[in-house]
Amino acid sequence: MITIVDYGVGNIKSFVNVYNRLNIPVKIAKNSSDLEDAHRLILPGVGHFENAMSELIKSGMREKLDELVLVKKIPVIGICVGMQMMGNYSEEGTSEGLKWIDASVKKLDETKINQITRLPHMGWNDVYSTKPHILFEGLEKEALFYFLHSYYFECNNKSNILAQTEYGDSFTCAAFNENIYGIQFHPEKSHKYGEILLNNFSKI
Amino acid sequence: MLRPRIIPCLLLQDNGLVKTVNFKNPKYVGDPINAVRIFNEKEVDELAIFDIDATVLNNEHNYSLIERISNQSRMPLCYGGGIKTLEQAKRIFSLGVEKIALSSSVVDNPNLITQIGNQVGTQSVIVVLDVKKNIFGGYEVFTHNGKKATGIDLFKFIKNVQKLGAGEIVINSIDKDGLMKGYDLGLIEKVRKTTTLPVTVLGGAGSIDHIAEVIEENGIIGASAGSLFVFKGLYKAVLINYPNSHQKNILNKKVNYENKK
Repeated sequence: MITIVDYGVGNIKSFVNVYNRLNIPVKIAKNSSDLEDAHRLILPGVGHFENAMSELIKSGMREKLDELVLVKKIPVIGICVGMQMMGNYSEEGTSEGLKWIDASVKKLDETKINQITRLPHMGWNDVYSTKPHILFEGLEKEALFYFLHSYYFECNNKSNILAQTEYGDSFTCAAFNENIYGIQFHPEKSHKYGEILLNNFSKI
Repeated sequence: MLRPRIIPCLLLQDNGLVKTVNFKNPKYVGDPINAVRIFNEKEVDELAIFDIDATVLNNEHNYSLIERISNQSRMPLCYGGGIKTLEQAKRIFSLGVEKIALSSSVVDNPNLITQIGNQVGTQSVIVVLDVKKNIFGGYEVFTHNGKKATGIDLFKFIKNVQKLGAGEIVINSIDKDGLMKGYDLGLIEKVRKTTTLPVTVLGGAGSIDHIAEVIEENGIIGASAGSLFVFKGLYKAVLINYPNSHQKNILNKKVNYENKK
């Protein structure tokens, strides 16, 4: 079973739809008691980093999540701003992140983007996995994913990088730290590629 | 590399899909859920669905239909038509829609862009502007399915929209709508010079070559079309279609990544 953390930010419904299609049971957690029996977690997120952080704290689930992820080592995947929250801090606002992965969230450098349209980075782009990993099994070649963001996750420790994408510069679009995974793109809206990735996560 | 986006645009009226010519004479083209299913199979880049009755009739949205559409959609979905309040926008987001398209409501109250953007993320707030060329060669924004002139200059308004924090701008040419004779390339060029935001253009596409033209000239851009993806042949028989991966690769190769476009 997959438990989706619903703290009022992010597209919960789209994840439910994908797992329904995959015939994998899902549960939506709105408070810490809903999290009790979780053994796979999805942390979605869209919009402003600071708003997402403060909503997560308001939901009262943060402590339980820290325990599940850092002590019980339950696999968790953060999506888009959900990934960014896993870092130490973000240039988008002043709140601290969850500090689950040693990383800073920075704005994509507009001066390196060689076209009229600069930010947000919106649309389908290639994802190059930098090391073999079960999360990207079956996606080694020609994996295209849908992106919609202006900030990116910069790992302080290169060994945490799982995959990269080019937009202006190359940036980290997937990272991990033991049982903790973060991806910048939207697998829930990336056709078969996203379905493969979310299915892979259910097997980790 | 980032790809240009090729986006079918579907119009809702009375819970069915229609297609117009110059924003008039809506012709029924099918059931929305069925269309979304077919577009899933064709792996489209994004899907845009606009309710063309909502503003004119001041209708409340059919949330159950939006939910059924979004449940089916495996691609990013943009929904618009008659969205006037933050509450409506949040409710539509909660049904699984990624992007909210605002149009006549931001002409009346541009601050709605910031208000919704602060809550849901500016990248999810899309501003759709329906425009007509005037006799002096300028472009004016229209609302209410092209019936209501606003007196607003398109390019001034685009600058304001970017300042207020929209995530994307969709420019819909009323003059070219449904004619299938090609996009208004002059309009597109002017719009691109006005903003650094992602731009999607709509109105006039009648063949893949028309899309190729836009991509060749503009590089990374959203090329949207209605008639092209729902009609086939000289007599406009309804047949949902979309470029296959081979055709898309050819279109992607038209992007000149070096020429600052």
